[in-house]
Amino acid sequence: MGSCLQGTVLDQAMWTLAHSAAEAKAMGFWAWHVDTLGWSIVLGIIFCFCFYRIAKDATTATPGKWANFLEWVFELVDKCVKESFHAKSNVVAPLALTVFCWVFLMNLMDLVPVDWLPKAAALISGDPHIFFKVVPTTDPNATFALSISVFVLIIFYSIKSKGIGGFIGELTLHPFESKNIIGKILLVLPNLLLEGVALLAKPISLALRLFGNLYAGELIFILIAMLGYWQLPAHFIWAVFHILIIILQAFIFMMLTIVYLSMATEHH
Amino acid sequence: MNFNATFLGQTIAFIFFVWFCMKFIWPLLLGMLEAREKRIADGLAAGERGEKKLEEAEQYLLDLVHEGKQKASEIITQAQKRGDEIIDEAKETARTEGKRILEGARGEIEQEKETARQDLRQQVAQLALLGAEQILMREVDRNAHNEVLNKISADL
Repeated sequence: MGSCLQGTVLDQAMWTLAHSAAEAKAMGFWAWHVDTLGWSIVLGIIFCFCFYRIAKDATTATPGKWANFLEWVFELVDKCVKESFHAKSNVVAPLALTVFCWVFLMNLMDLVPVDWLPKAAALISGDPHIFFKVVPTTDPNATFALSISVFVLIIFYSIKSKGIGGFIGELTLHPFESKNIIGKILLVLPNLLLEGVALLAKPISLALRLFGNLYAGELIFILIAMLGYWQLPAHFIWAVFHILIIILQAFIFMMLTIVYLSMATEHH
Repeated sequence: MNFNATFLGQTIAFIFFVWFCMKFIWPLLLGMLEAREKRIADGLAAGERGEKKLEEAEQYLLDLVHEGKQKASEIITQAQKRGDEIIDEAKETARTEGKRILEGARGEIEQEKETARQDLRQQVAQLALLGAEQILMREVDRNAHNEVLNKISADL
């Protein structure tokens, strides 16, 4: 499902809802995936709300069960950040917590039976063929939004800790090194090529890993849903697997974010 | 896979959530957890201190009991000694009193003896006089012979 400010579906610029993926695609760049945005924002608000509530009433007295659980998550993230990221920053830790919880919640939507929410959307909208995506992380827009934001932070921290010269030097003077100045100049291009690829591979691999895992998982859920009665045990088995996958992917995304940022702040 | 403005929306949402987390969640929770850690550490330390104090108090109690027992036995010993002394004193008093009573009795007896002797002497004198009267078959002139008679009774 998508909505559009201007596009080819209609001649005039106005807001409208696309009814299929093809129509949404035809809307061009200014199309908005209302389903992806809607679910991810709702889940993000759930994350903020849950944590804000326990943070607001935080006391040093004995915590409740729910508070205890969230504090456990908090401490897990805190420990990961403290172990991997040694520079001083008050952005990285909250960033890691947000990434972990948000990605986990978005992945968690995958465990809702694949046709419930699209059917409900179809019923509400009255359009039986409406295209409705429930898992935001199966939309590359969502995963790339995360990874590009992290990429911007990587560059920001690199420049902050090494200066612009240091950052450029890191891109151009490694991994092939030379003692004299002519050799250095000659090696700039191959170095830039290698380091540039390494740098750009970070956000792309980050986004595509999450997207690929979740998209494939969702696809298998859809395939299983077509099996008839055999889908019930098969669904159960795949869902159990998937519980692992969604936590693991959220954790990997968080961990790599921390590691990339710590690499960006460390001097070689 | 089509890229569109959703990417921008997601990015803005992400930045907002991170900002919210950084502003309202992380510092509060971190401060609270640190405070709780400190409180737990303090509690444990206080517990340890309390345990030590309890041990000290128990030791003090034991000492006190020991001292009390010692004092009590001392008091008992003293009391026994004092009792013995009192008994000895009483015995001594009784003995002297007895001696005194005995002495008095002895004196009285002596006096009595003397009186009886005097009486006997008089009676013997009279008997002697009567005997003499009988022998002489006449009345002895008491007045004439008083001197002789007194002399006899004094000799007896």
